[in-house]
Amino acid sequence: MTWENYYMPSSIEEALSLLDKHQGEARLIAGGTDLMVQHKSEPIEAKALIDIGGIPDLKKIHEENGRVYVGAAATHSQVVSSPLLKEKGRVLVDAAKAVGALQIRNVGTIAGNVVTAQPAADTAIALVALDACVHIQSGSEKLEKPVLDTFLGPGKSSINPSKELITAFSYPTPTSLERTGFIRFARRDSLALPLVNLGFWLILKEDQKTVKEIRIAVGPMSTVPFRARETEASMKDVQISEEELEKAGLVIAEEVTPRDSFRGSADFKKYLIGVALKRAIKVVLDGKGVDWDD
Amino acid sequence: MTNSSKKRGLLTISFKLNQEDYTMEINSDERLLDLIRNRLGLIGTKESCGGGECGACTIIMNGLAVNSCIIPAARADGAEIITIEGLSKGMEDELHPLQKSFLEKGAVQCGYCTPGMLLSAKAFLDQNSGREVSREDIKEAISGNICRCTGYQKIVEAIYSYALERKGNN
Repeated sequence: MTWENYYMPSSIEEALSLLDKHQGEARLIAGGTDLMVQHKSEPIEAKALIDIGGIPDLKKIHEENGRVYVGAAATHSQVVSSPLLKEKGRVLVDAAKAVGALQIRNVGTIAGNVVTAQPAADTAIALVALDACVHIQSGSEKLEKPVLDTFLGPGKSSINPSKELITAFSYPTPTSLERTGFIRFARRDSLALPLVNLGFWLILKEDQKTVKEIRIAVGPMSTVPFRARETEASMKDVQISEEELEKAGLVIAEEVTPRDSFRGSADFKKYLIGVALKRAIKVVLDGKGVDWDD
Repeated sequence: MTNSSKKRGLLTISFKLNQEDYTMEINSDERLLDLIRNRLGLIGTKESCGGGECGACTIIMNGLAVNSCIIPAARADGAEIITIEGLSKGMEDELHPLQKSFLEKGAVQCGYCTPGMLLSAKAFLDQNSGREVSREDIKEAISGNICRCTGYQKIVEAIYSYALERKGNN
């Protein structure tokens, strides 16, 4: 079975009313870079597709009332070239750059990457590191939830694309003491899923070198994007140095539980995630007041 | 797009392809690649992996390089598309200078990836018309196009040499 109708609404209201009209038998499509591929092997069961890629309000990237908003249908390329995000969302920009290749980034969207719920999705990891909030509309109801709560398992999202529309992701505008970063290791720079990827957000104390609080998101270490909370706790109040990062690398290697896969063994991934943490933080803090030879 | 389906599953879309206007009736689940190859007979756009991972089916849609094998044809409504057949359109020569550069540098072997390579290169150069581009930039721009013959060196040289020449002409 395949869809009989393909709609391209131009507003959020129109998309919602189409969902409502089809009573669960239509589903949303954003970039379609996953959906169109999946459809070949496992036909999509929907009577109609509702394409949200042409809705201007869903493509906006902006700042409002102390929060940064990234529209659901913003493409990875839009994120990469956004001056606002370059300044205030480095983890998301660097993650978006790592996705697929240019042709995929030009089409694939941030919301699509979250709803597809792959444990290694680069931008999903970045959004988890930012502890981003997902803004959802369903009928006349509007709700918000932490992005981490939407991941239920590999390919399984709590968001039902036949009923719920993600409108945006948002997070608090970072202060001058906040830093974010992203790193991934893969066989190739393009068109390769990562062996490991890691996104972090941290806030420093006034001395610019002591961690006040840190969030670390990693993939693919579990069935869903994983928050390394033990490592986060171990780094609280730590003054960052080569030696301390070395220690944190050992903690995270112990904390994660990757599986052996064709991309690499579990032991190798454990080792790599330690390297990833060290390197990601070092790149971001280098030349910014932290002395590595301490 | 208003869904003006007369029969089940049929839609009418209008788009511009290689500078010509088209209005066509399509199936709602048709891929843009199939529309281009099978219905319009423009077989310069190739299919290889069929899953958005090789770039053989690359076209330029609204100024961006995209994989036509994973784009629903319905989305072409209102779009402006360039395929390899349209690359030299409006030029005196049969070939675009970028195509000539590929020939001069020996950047073509079996040729299957070439249309996609050329369109990725064209989209990239158009977007960076005012600035100097490096070989690294070019590698990044064609990283979604896989070639199993050339080893890429000559492709990068062909694009780079055209970029320099073009800059000289500006």
